[in-house]
Amino acid sequence: MNSTATTDWQIATVTSIHVESPRVKLFTLELPVNTPFRAGQHFDVRLTAPDGYKAQRSYSVSSSPEPASNPTSIELAVELISDGEVSSYFHEAVELGDKIELRGPIGGHFTWSPIAAKPVVMIAGGSGIAPIMSMIRHRSNAAVIKISPMLLMFSARTEADILFSAELESIAVNDPDFNLIIALTRSEEVESDNRSFRQFRRIDRPTIKSALSTLATHPSRSYICGGSSFVEAMANYLLDLGIPNNSVRTERFGP
Amino acid sequence: MINNKFFGRKRAEPARPIPPGQYLEDGFPVLSAGPTQRVDKATWNFSIEIGDDTVGTWTWDELNALPQTDLHTDLHCVTKWSKQDTHWRGVTIDALLANAGIEAPVGFVMASSDGGYTTNVPSADVIDGKGLLVHTYDGEPLEAEHGGPVRLLIPHLYLWKSAKWIRSLKFIDKDEPGFWERYGYHMYGDPWREQRYTND
Repeated sequence: MNSTATTDWQIATVTSIHVESPRVKLFTLELPVNTPFRAGQHFDVRLTAPDGYKAQRSYSVSSSPEPASNPTSIELAVELISDGEVSSYFHEAVELGDKIELRGPIGGHFTWSPIAAKPVVMIAGGSGIAPIMSMIRHRSNAAVIKISPMLLMFSARTEADILFSAELESIAVNDPDFNLIIALTRSEEVESDNRSFRQFRRIDRPTIKSALSTLATHPSRSYICGGSSFVEAMANYLLDLGIPNNSVRTERFGP
Repeated sequence: MINNKFFGRKRAEPARPIPPGQYLEDGFPVLSAGPTQRVDKATWNFSIEIGDDTVGTWTWDELNALPQTDLHTDLHCVTKWSKQDTHWRGVTIDALLANAGIEAPVGFVMASSDGGYTTNVPSADVIDGKGLLVHTYDGEPLEAEHGGPVRLLIPHLYLWKSAKWIRSLKFIDKDEPGFWERYGYHMYGDPWREQRYTND
């Protein structure tokens, strides 16, 4: 683990804006300095108003850390939060070519590298998929012979709210060691045309118990990211099912 | 760098100034690096160590039998939120040291918690009423998500220094990084000087 973080402010340029869901936009930011990061880390964004008022928020990187030699751009997934001054700026004001001040990478506990052969479990709620997406992409790009089996349980409200759905399904179809469960919490089964990898109820204890039973061994690590109450519930399910406390890493968004 | 199209949210002025880079939060966000620890008050204890020697140990009942202190304070989390006017009740580190019959050694303290969390602060920042073990928040038993039954509270530093599920304080001569400090978070963490990360 690194003992220092890259904490100098940089001025990045917005090179792509993609509407990923009704509430989430993906921003690709070109960094002026080669800034290696680890899958799961985040950056701090700082906005400064003409009157000097400043606001800072943290956003997880959703892009893969490769190529490690030239990571000069990062993708941030920004969810529009009601009354959110920074997220509303990104959603309503930011255009291609705009400059954004940021620094990072930050954090280091909620990170993963595809080096161990033991399975790993990912549980994401909503935009909590962002840091986990970086890990999944990192895994897909890994140039190692034996890649950790990965199980992803991803909770979203409706079909339209599933971030990265095509990419996740493509990995799940092509990689027998990547298991995907998408849990739609506000969607009736009959309303959806796409039933692959879907369940039409929230991730609950039976979901996790049954998913864990498909793994050859207990996961070496579990990563949970999402809203606070979601993470709390998921962590408690894992502990109840006998997953060791110290193998569970969490990242919590919001109150 | 100015963002010309950014004006910030129109908001009421805080009751008191908040540190640079922070925003005011009405709720009480939960941020923990792992699962919420399940701590049983019946078997919980807290110890103070100096180097390798344990100089005092207190059970839940013994902690509650010590002089209690009420604290009205503001909280500042490195994830950018600040919360004003929080009310806590607990026992100062001074009271624990007095009960053990010792004075705080000069140097540093490593706090350790259930679940393996650690964080470091100078000794001077936990004495003279600056550091408490708290068990009551807003008149109610401290919830597990917020570090209950007992957490450390050092409100003049960023909140990651106020270790949840506290089990020991160890006085050490030389400063060492704790859990987040090893990942590049600041060794001291003064919110008013915006000491978020190592070189801030």
